[in-house]
Amino acid sequence: MADIVLDKVSKKFPDGTIAASDVDLEVGDGEFVILVGPSGCGKSTTLNMIAGLEDISSGDLYIGGERMNDKAPKDRDIAMVFQSYALYPNMTVRENMSFPLRLAKLDKATVAQKVDEAARVLELEQLLDRKPANLSGGQRQRVAMGRAIVRSPKAYLMDEPLSNLDAKLRVQMRTQVSRLQKQLGTTTVYVTHDQTEAMTLGDRVVVMRQGRVQQVGPPQELYDSPANLFVAGFIGSPAMNFVHARLTDGQLSSVLGDVSLSGSLRRALAASDAPADLILGIRPEHFEDAGLVDEAHLGTGARFEGQADVVESMGSDKYVYLPLAAERASTAELDELAADAGATDLPASGAQLVTRLSAESPATEGAQVRVWFNPEKIHLFDPETGRNLTLAR
Amino acid sequence: MTVLQEGRRQLSEGKRAERRLGWLLCAPAAVVMVAVTGWPIIYSVWLSLQRYDLRFPAEREFIGLSNYAAVLSNGFWWNAFGVTMLITVVSVAVEFVLGFALALVMHRTLVGRGLVRTSALIPYGIVTVVAAFSWRYAWTPGTGYLANLVTPDGAPLTERASALGIIIVAEIWKTTPFMALLLMAGLALVPEDLLKAAAVDGAGAWQRFRSVMLPVMKPAILVALLFRTLDAFRIFDNIFVLTAGANETSSVSMLTYNNLIKGLNLGIGSTLSVLIFIAVAIIAFIFVRLFGTAAPGSAEEGRR
Repeated sequence: MADIVLDKVSKKFPDGTIAASDVDLEVGDGEFVILVGPSGCGKSTTLNMIAGLEDISSGDLYIGGERMNDKAPKDRDIAMVFQSYALYPNMTVRENMSFPLRLAKLDKATVAQKVDEAARVLELEQLLDRKPANLSGGQRQRVAMGRAIVRSPKAYLMDEPLSNLDAKLRVQMRTQVSRLQKQLGTTTVYVTHDQTEAMTLGDRVVVMRQGRVQQVGPPQELYDSPANLFVAGFIGSPAMNFVHARLTDGQLSSVLGDVSLSGSLRRALAASDAPADLILGIRPEHFEDAGLVDEAHLGTGARFEGQADVVESMGSDKYVYLPLAAERASTAELDELAADAGATDLPASGAQLVTRLSAESPATEGAQVRVWFNPEKIHLFDPETGRNLTLAR
Repeated sequence: MTVLQEGRRQLSEGKRAERRLGWLLCAPAAVVMVAVTGWPIIYSVWLSLQRYDLRFPAEREFIGLSNYAAVLSNGFWWNAFGVTMLITVVSVAVEFVLGFALALVMHRTLVGRGLVRTSALIPYGIVTVVAAFSWRYAWTPGTGYLANLVTPDGAPLTERASALGIIIVAEIWKTTPFMALLLMAGLALVPEDLLKAAAVDGAGAWQRFRSVMLPVMKPAILVALLFRTLDAFRIFDNIFVLTAGANETSSVSMLTYNNLIKGLNLGIGSTLSVLIFIAVAIIAFIFVRLFGTAAPGSAEEGRR
């Protein structure tokens, strides 16, 4: 067990692509840290650099206080789980799991005992003599985990280990991974593009974009106070709504109507000397059907009315989509997020507001819907830098 | 597996009719194949059982296995067989090692990949006879650059050991690229993640090669070695040009050629051909046995 420290770690490929630049990260002993971001954000490269499968172009990497930059992967005492599972096809499950132990020249009895132990934890006892070709996806995944845990390494590195499983199995394995990590208490760095995994598994989450760390923090913190537009748009499902807004004398005007900002918001904006043109972000779950909000609160909030485009009733709540008379807010970050979500493949439909209302809401498709939101819950971003200007409130 | 067998037993009537139609449609091709490849084999077996020398056509008669007895008790056959085995084993072994190295280089090269691959394949693109002549001239005393360089006062192609050495070198030079090409196709089958996993699991370069790469590449290695061994066993053109079989450097093919075409002895010549055929079949059988389930088309392979 050990901590992992990345000090200004960068990766530049020979063709000039920069996959990771100045990544600073401290993973505490026993901590479960998630690297998350859209494809090509450098999360896998960063993991490979920790593993030693990619050279570090500049910066320092320490595992357990020891500088590891020039050590071969086999000398780093880490175990890795791959998306493809990377099981050796010519070996049985038992041979696969004992491979690292045999390479470490442990005596036979110890090897057998450790493999049996890991097989018991992962419920693989029945499968020990099978070849990977005769296993299901979930079983292969467990063997890959087993091969990692038999060694009791300093740290686990997991590269999208659940991405090849079907949705139902993924949920089961997610809880199993989480339980296993807590049980073993081993430092773990986990790469994923799935934000549910990111939010549910990790002690802390690292959001990356274009090789740079955007924000590091516990999942709730990333959700409540995203540092910038990218994190705000990436974390949360459905994603935060973004619209252009203009600030004049403490009044914020946008397609959602005019909102007068509270004192604390105003002070936060003044302190970060905000431009007049802003991007307003508000999460779907911070809306409510105006008819369901009691009188006392109604006055303090802002209201918006529109014709419901689509209503998705989830049972527990309702997603109501309202068209907005404006273009979709566009910045480099938002465009990248839209591309990652696949929105650019859809026919341009203009901007729409996604709201999550109580199940009791009478909203139906085609009907006028009045929604209410609390202006305290909004985030304001600088369109140029993407910085969240309302963090200081 | 059991499910599969049950399924096979419960073939419906329509399925069976379909299968019959399939056989019918394949039949013409199969008949032509048998006629083209089967008949010559049967005919040469038939000839090998006769005394049949075109110089004495009147003495043609059926003599059973006497030709085989004559050949197998004769020093020429065993000498040629030994020479052929030596050339086969040494050249295939060296080609495998060099070919693997070359395949790794071609696989790993990042810059000028096309150029590296093309230049590596040049020897294979040259007609064997032309290449053999260039080797012969290179080793000709007085005018050949290799002869002048290595053995200024000898005639290497006239001595058995050195002549065999030159034949083997010529063979290796020519077919290593082919071996490399087949092995490179095998290398492409090894997933990158597998090697990464092995590296993280603590395997050094040699262990990764031995425990991960080789087993995964087994089918490709089998194909490469089988092709090359069978090819090398039938070596003819290099020997024909370089020594013409002088000084006991004849291969079995060379011996057959001398008896069948030069000597006009159809009986003995056919006997030799049949023996080569049997030897080739035995080699193929041993290879498939040796590599077990990794052989192409085996059950294990099919399931994957």
